[in-house]
Formats: sequence, C-alpha cells, structure tokens
Amino acid sequence: MLSRRNPQLNRQGELIHLLSIEGLPREVLTHILDTAGSFLAVGDRDVKKVPLLRGKSVFNLFFENSTRTRTTFEIAAKRLSADVINLDIARSSTAKGESLLDTIANLSAMQADMFVVRHAESGAPYLIAQHCAPHVHVINAGDGRHAHPTQALLDMYTIRHYKRDFSGLTVAVVGDIVHSRVARSDIHALTTLGVPEIRAVGPRTLVPADLREMGVRVVHDMDEGVRDADVVIMLRLQNERMSGAMLPSAGEFFKRFGLTSAKLALARPDAIVMHPGPINRGVEIASDVADGRASVILPQVTFGIAVRMAVMSIIAGNQA
Amino acid sequence: MNLSLDAEALYVQLRDGLRPLLGPDTRLVGIWSGGAWLARRLHADLGRGGEAGVISSRLHRDDFGERGLAAGAHATALPFEVDGADILLVDDVLQTGRTIRAVLNELFDYGRPARVRLAVLVDRGGRELPVAPVLAAATVAMPPGCKLRLAQEDAGRLTFELHDLPPGSAAAASAAPRAGEG
Repeated sequence: MLSRRNPQLNRQGELIHLLSIEGLPREVLTHILDTAGSFLAVGDRDVKKVPLLRGKSVFNLFFENSTRTRTTFEIAAKRLSADVINLDIARSSTAKGESLLDTIANLSAMQADMFVVRHAESGAPYLIAQHCAPHVHVINAGDGRHAHPTQALLDMYTIRHYKRDFSGLTVAVVGDIVHSRVARSDIHALTTLGVPEIRAVGPRTLVPADLREMGVRVVHDMDEGVRDADVVIMLRLQNERMSGAMLPSAGEFFKRFGLTSAKLALARPDAIVMHPGPINRGVEIASDVADGRASVILPQVTFGIAVRMAVMSIIAGNQA
Repeated sequence: MNLSLDAEALYVQLRDGLRPLLGPDTRLVGIWSGGAWLARRLHADLGRGGEAGVISSRLHRDDFGERGLAAGAHATALPFEVDGADILLVDDVLQTGRTIRAVLNELFDYGRPARVRLAVLVDRGGRELPVAPVLAAATVAMPPGCKLRLAQEDAGRLTFELHDLPPGSAAAASAAPRAGEG
C-alpha cells in the first residue's frame, strides 16, 4: 500500500522505492550513505558477492540509453546475488506500441522483484511504483528532467568521503542546470544534508531563477561561482541543447563557464571536482582538470556501485 | 526475571579462561558490536600483537527478508590474511546461533581459515543451529522473550541490559565458566 504522504516510504517511514531525493528525511539519506560505506569493501574481498538479494530478479528497464548507469546498477545487483535482466525497451515492446503499464504488467508476470527504470518522461517511475505489486520495488535511474536520485546519493557519498562533513561546505553546481535531473537531485540532497552554501552557476538561459526559493545562490559569473568553493560539480553540456537558441556555441560556453585550471585556482586549494559523466573535454571541462589532482570523477563511478548496492538492499528489506 | 550478570566480573573470567586457548598466531575477531568491544579489550589485556578484527553479520543474516538491513555503519575489518588463519570469534551473548552462522559466511568471503572457534561472555541457551562455544564465561537459561544486551559506558565499563521482561518469568543462572562442546 503506497502512503499518500510520500510514495517512497512505508507507514514506518522506511524506504520501499527510490524515486526522488525530494521529500526524503536526512536520516534516510544518511542511512543509505552509511550502508554504502560498508558495501564499498565488498569489492576488495576474495568473494565479491553478498547474498542479500539471492533469488530475487532485478529488471533494468532503460527506456533511454545509458551505459554507465545501467552497468553500475547491473554490477550492484550482481554483487548482491540478484538475477539481473537487462531490457533494452527503447528497441522492443514500446516500439511496437505497447503502453508502459502493459509492459510492467507483463514483466511482473515474469516474477520481477525490482525495477530499475530510466525514462525520458518525468514521473514514469512514480507511475510504475503506483501500479506494481506490493512486494515489487522501484528505483528511478533518471526520469526526464525530474530526478536522478542514485546519482545524487553517489555525489553525496563522494563529498562526504573527501570532506567528511557537510556542515561547513560551499558547493558550486555549474553548467546546464535547467535540463539537468542530476542538478535538481543534487540540490535537494545538499539542502537536506545541511550544506550552508549551494551555488547554481551558469548562463541565464540554463539556470532557472526559481532556484533561489530553495535557498540556492544563483550566479551567472564563473569566477564568482567557483571562488572559495570546496566542491565543484560540473554538469554535462548536452549537445542537443546547442541547436536551440539557448547557447551561442560550445566554444563560447567553454570560454565563459568551462572549468579550466585557472578558474579552478579560484576555488579552495583542497577543492574537489566532480562530474556525473560522460564528460565533454573542452566543452564544460578542460582535459587537464578532468585528469588533474582535484578530479574525483573516477572514484565517483566506484562509489556509485556501493551506493546502488545500498539502495537496492535497503528497499528490498523493507515491506510495503 | 531476577537475574544479575556482572559483565565486568564475567569479562575477567573470559579473559583468564582464554589464556590457555590462545596460540601465538591465534587471531581474535569480535562480532559487531558487543563482541568487538570485548575483542579489542581482550587483545590489549592479553598483549596480542597487531589489531583485533571486527566482523559483521549484517550482509549474511537469514532474517533480512523480515527485518531488512540493520542501520548503522558496521563494516567487517580483518587486518590479517584469513587464508590459513587460526581464528577465535568473540561475542557477548550466544542464543540461537544464527548470528554465528552469518558471521562464518562473512568470514569465508575473505578466505579459508585453518580453524575457527567461538568464545562468549554469556551463553543464554535457545540454540536453533548446531553451534557451540569453546568457552562461555556464564551459562544461563533465559526465556526467548527476554533480551539481553551488552552495553559499554563512555569509560569503557561493560554492563548488561535486560529488556522486554515477561512478568513472572524465571531463569536459572550459573556463573561458572564451562568448557564448550565445540
């Protein structure tokens, strides 16, 4: 039975689906980060598997292409001993005209226990969570412009790993914020975890002004945006946005908002640089910064597996 | 239930009882959380080299489906090569044996030890699996509805906490150390 208060939580306030960071209490986020910490070491063991999801079937439903996210979900589920079924939906049933809920009903009839869903439509994972059987759990792996909660959680894990604590931090999120589900989820997570200064940095066309209502400082100047920052999160500039009137050119964007070593030098000396990937070298980030000392882009990928293991095992252990 | 267990006195019995059971290469591994406190203290008091290990049962628990994943960050840390090791697991309270089963699975994810033994502060009976300690500082019979938990004060002093006592229940307690059947 889905709670009207928040469809992600059961009556005891425990996580049963992960659909969005918005509305999740700090304790739930902290529990996921703590749990991820204990899963990180599983990758270093002789036996890189634990039996928590043994006998469970996890369906990866990617209605939108993604290699990294799908692969890390697959590795996470396999390390938890689940059976993983990858469905490239974009090329199958929906192409033949089947509705989303019919697809889900068919997959449920194949005894699915968990759906990991990526969809171009915002809210698709909610719809699935509302219509699946009570024992089935749903994880949003990115829906439209709305949310990408596991990316936000692995970003929070990365920040906590390097900075220990959220309470004194300045975090700059830079780039195409208006189209970014990562930015939205990151901002909710940073707010919930008590980061005192969150900056949204980018051109007026790519930063929604209403972020100010969430307590975010909106900055249209890169120097001001990264100055004294502890964490700089660069977002991918989506090439498809170039065709519209939102940006003059990729070169122009890089000149104004690209992260170069000169810009990074304005941040704190121990600042870290993050990026959800895939990176566009020379568009939003300079190659020497992406490969440089401050970059934690590859550790983010490793932490992503542990965080996804944590989310899967927590929701699988909670009853609707 | 009228039962008084002096955790500090039992600790002394456990420590002294363990001396003849430990070889030079025996590794102490405490089961999170109470057993880990005991193992660390035993490690120091018995002058063992290196660090005591800590092991967690949470990733192998058989009640995961009902109880979910336990909260808190408690990861296994075994600061030695598990392959071929002589390991003495230490826990505070032994009851059903299910935690020990889970911990053995966890341990074998790290390698193949030569020998694994178990020592506990209190064996409270109620076994559901064939598990036996080589040493229990106390053996008591307690009803299943009664929870016995080791607590550690800031200064490190150990105490036992009893919870959910059913009214009028009785328990036979004997505080004599015993040699285990295992």
